Amino acid sequence: MLRDITIGQYYPTNSVVHQMDARFKILATFGLLTLLFLVQSLVAYVPIVIFLLALIKITGVPLKFVLRGLKPIVIIILLTVSINLFMTPGVTLVKFWFLTISYEGLRQAVFMASRLMLLIMGSSMMTFTTSPIELTDGIEHLLNPFKRIGVPAHEIAMMMSIALRFIPTLLEETDKIMKAQMARGADFETGSLIHRAKSLVPILVPLFISAFRRADELAMAMESRCYRGGNERTRMKNLQYTVRDAYGLLAMVLLMCSVIGANVIMAGFGYAI
Amino acid sequence: MSIRIRHLNHVYDPGSPYETNALIDINLDIARGEFIGLIGHTGSGKSTLIQQLNGLLKPQSGQIVVNGYDITAKGIKLSDIRKRVGIVFQYPEYQLFEETVLKDVAYGPTNLGLAKDDALRIAHEALESVGFNPEEIGGMSPFELSGGQKRRVAIAGILAMQPEVLILDEPTAGLDPKSRRDLLELVAKEHRAHKRTTILVSHSMEDVARYVDRIIVMDSGMIKFFDVPAAVFEHEATLKALGLDIPEVTKIIKALNRKGFNLPEDIYHYEVLAKLLVERLGGDPC
Repeated sequence: MLRDITIGQYYPTNSVVHQMDARFKILATFGLLTLLFLVQSLVAYVPIVIFLLALIKITGVPLKFVLRGLKPIVIIILLTVSINLFMTPGVTLVKFWFLTISYEGLRQAVFMASRLMLLIMGSSMMTFTTSPIELTDGIEHLLNPFKRIGVPAHEIAMMMSIALRFIPTLLEETDKIMKAQMARGADFETGSLIHRAKSLVPILVPLFISAFRRADELAMAMESRCYRGGNERTRMKNLQYTVRDAYGLLAMVLLMCSVIGANVIMAGFGYAI
Repeated sequence: MSIRIRHLNHVYDPGSPYETNALIDINLDIARGEFIGLIGHTGSGKSTLIQQLNGLLKPQSGQIVVNGYDITAKGIKLSDIRKRVGIVFQYPEYQLFEETVLKDVAYGPTNLGLAKDDALRIAHEALESVGFNPEEIGGMSPFELSGGQKRRVAIAGILAMQPEVLILDEPTAGLDPKSRRDLLELVAKEHRAHKRTTILVSHSMEDVARYVDRIIVMDSGMIKFFDVPAAVFEHEATLKALGLDIPEVTKIIKALNRKGFNLPEDIYHYEVLAKLLVERLGGDPC
């Protein structure tokens, strides 16, 4: 059941995108997310969708796998869609009982749903193609300039890599504890909401205990190896921009131009769609 | 027949790059009351197999019948399976969560729908059968106990569910030699007392050989051997190739037999072997 969560997972295929520099991928993802918020018209989504599909094709991550990442936010999407669909005033399209769907509402609903889905898909493409270690390395590098104003870049990166490192461990642990309690007849899937909340106690108590124990052991292991933060530490793999990143940059610039272009053109039509 | 498995297959993560065939066409018959040892190195499919027996995992195909009850049938009630098959997982002490030992042991029976008083009474008995004085320990927090004690409490938690089949996954992992012996004795005693079908999963041939009636050896999702210990240990070379070994005692006996001793090969206690040798050689038993 917990295996279904694909968001934030790494999907190793060693494609061109996987070999790109983590710093570039982080910046490009920020660029893509910003771009998604600049979109004013449905037409402007077209280049982004094409870009994402091409990206998925190039990276070799199965489309099914990417779409599975949307599962956890299905409820949020449905909520957004229904609120936008029924609550937006405008030219009435359909009307039944007390519900009214306006043209503006329909447009708004499609607009918001696309934005949400593309946001998730866009950002998960980064984690699919970048291993957690590269990711935190990239973040540390990008934060380095802010060290002067007191941002503890190394410590933040370290905390992130530890957190990321322990997500699968804790998931596995949760899975084990759930199985052990299920073998003792625990039932997490039926009953009232209160009953279900109560049935989580037998999982959470052991999980917390084991998380604290692990944190303690890790701290001890780090200390006994004289870990003392980022002072003059060197790394095995140094980040290096290559020609691949230049191609990536080119693709991003093209994407930006086409989205802004589509926006400008559609502005002439008063953002009809 | 207590457990009957037919053409059981299990695949993890089908259709992803992590796809693995954990069980391939498993067929198995275990008689009622039999004590079975399940052996195989890490990743051989042991854990998958025992989780199948408890309905925690659903097979891609195949059938499992426990005491005449098909647990792979559609629309089966999970609590019915759990009532029949109890699993003590590896490091079971990590599943303790209640305020008191007694309440924790009563968690299983309560889930099976027993009234509170009955559940507590059974929990009492289960604590006794793992060698505790319930009056003394029942009111304590499980987190105050030592590692070995916690493990026995966790085992009591499964015994309290009074399963027809008991499965123990590496119950001695991480214990010191004395606790190991004590725990295995306890499992054997429990088996003798109730004649309950018991499956002991272990890495240690030594442990398994001493107690079980038959041994299942698994390798890459398939059953390699399923026979009485002495017959399994005939295949020393194959076992070695699978990353397993035969008990030290058996090695000694085999070596002696090559020198013309003609000793029975199904001895798994050093004391017994020593006595037998003393008799043969006509020396003084010390």
